[in-house]
Amino acid sequence: MNQKVRLKVNGTDHELDIPARRLLVDCIRYDIGLTGTKEGCSVGVCGACAVLVDGEMYASCITLAVAVDGSEITTIEGIAENGNLHPVQQAFIDNGGFQCGICTPGQVIAAKSLLDENPNPTEDEIKEWMMGNLCRCTGYYGILNSVAAAAKNMSGGSK
Amino acid sequence: MIEFEYHHPASMDELFGLLDRYGEDARVMAGGTALVIQMKQRLAQPGHVLGLRRIGGLNSIESTAEGVRIGALCTQRQIENSPVVVRELPLIADAFRKVATPRIRNMATIGGGLVNGDPSQDPPPALISLGASAVMTSKNGERVVPVEDLFIDYYETDVQPGEVLTGVLVPHAPAGSGAVYLKFLPRTADDYATVSVAAVVSREADGSCKDVRIVLGSVGVTAIRATQAEDALRGKPLTDENIRAAAALVKDVVDPLEDFRGSAEYKTDMAEVFTRRAVEQAIAFIPAGN
Repeated sequence: MNQKVRLKVNGTDHELDIPARRLLVDCIRYDIGLTGTKEGCSVGVCGACAVLVDGEMYASCITLAVAVDGSEITTIEGIAENGNLHPVQQAFIDNGGFQCGICTPGQVIAAKSLLDENPNPTEDEIKEWMMGNLCRCTGYYGILNSVAAAAKNMSGGSK
Repeated sequence: MIEFEYHHPASMDELFGLLDRYGEDARVMAGGTALVIQMKQRLAQPGHVLGLRRIGGLNSIESTAEGVRIGALCTQRQIENSPVVVRELPLIADAFRKVATPRIRNMATIGGGLVNGDPSQDPPPALISLGASAVMTSKNGERVVPVEDLFIDYYETDVQPGEVLTGVLVPHAPAGSGAVYLKFLPRTADDYATVSVAAVVSREADGSCKDVRIVLGSVGVTAIRATQAEDALRGKPLTDENIRAAAALVKDVVDPLEDFRGSAEYKTDMAEVFTRRAVEQAIAFIPAGN
């Protein structure tokens, strides 16, 4: 049985008629058509599917779309502004923060979520936060360097 | 994923009406981190899921004379970052901070975690070591259950049909005590504990053990209060020898499952080691002059 679900995704309102079983990651990818968000482990562990729900980082693979009815969702497609990459995205490019790229949308969302809450994290705070996003290419140092560089660039007022 | 209907009750009365109507075919959902995975794996197959997100008043944290009252829908991150919890219940803030990853802690709630009845979770040993209670609400009123008595068996709790866990009452640690929660993580930082131990210790003026509570996680079908070890230490001088003798007794009460984190024998040995370390570190945390 379908249910009505309203979501504001990256600033655009969507009114959907979907089954209660629809997971947020599938809703974003297939109902709304934004395929930047990836599904990895499907059990909330790997971080590839990370999105922001009302500003808080969620695992969209274990979130029912109907449960977050009425929320504002931010995906990887929604963080660049006016055609300019978000400082976190630019830092990942400048610092070799990705190899194959499948984990990158989740890594970038996680890093943005950290810096929204804690603009000047210590190295340990970055490690503790980013620990929830797995990278099978083992590019962790590039990721940590990218997050640190983004924090430095953003504290200069570029955001 | 199974098929089901999702309901957004806006009040407790509406929730109780839905629980009456659907009975065993309904499951209450808070953060959903456990239930959604169980439904994906068909371990839970409710026809009706009753979401709590629109019911107001379930996510506050209030300081009381005896301790802190934490609403069932408070997320784990909300609890670890709450200034009230950090100030008044540092042990609880620390235990919640050790759960999984920030992303899971943004979603998972204290109430949802408790009623899930998973013996490997971090909050139960810490909550039991402080003597916390769960508030169960039904259309007939409230029932207060010590968290220690909440867990009946593996993923089985004392929540009765028609009841919803609405809050947790956590007393302050006893004055002059030291408390610690240790989580043994030999694999990855976001894993479930291989063994976990909460210990709360207070000391008499003569240096003997005034009181002690020791609670273990991940080494049985429920969190386990090690009362034999507590009894062996209470009233005795807090010497290395007495602490070792007391810690050795936990081997008789744990009954861990073998998994990829280690054999049952290994976890039993680690339960003893981490009990000893937890008691030693709790003693080190006793404020000066106590």
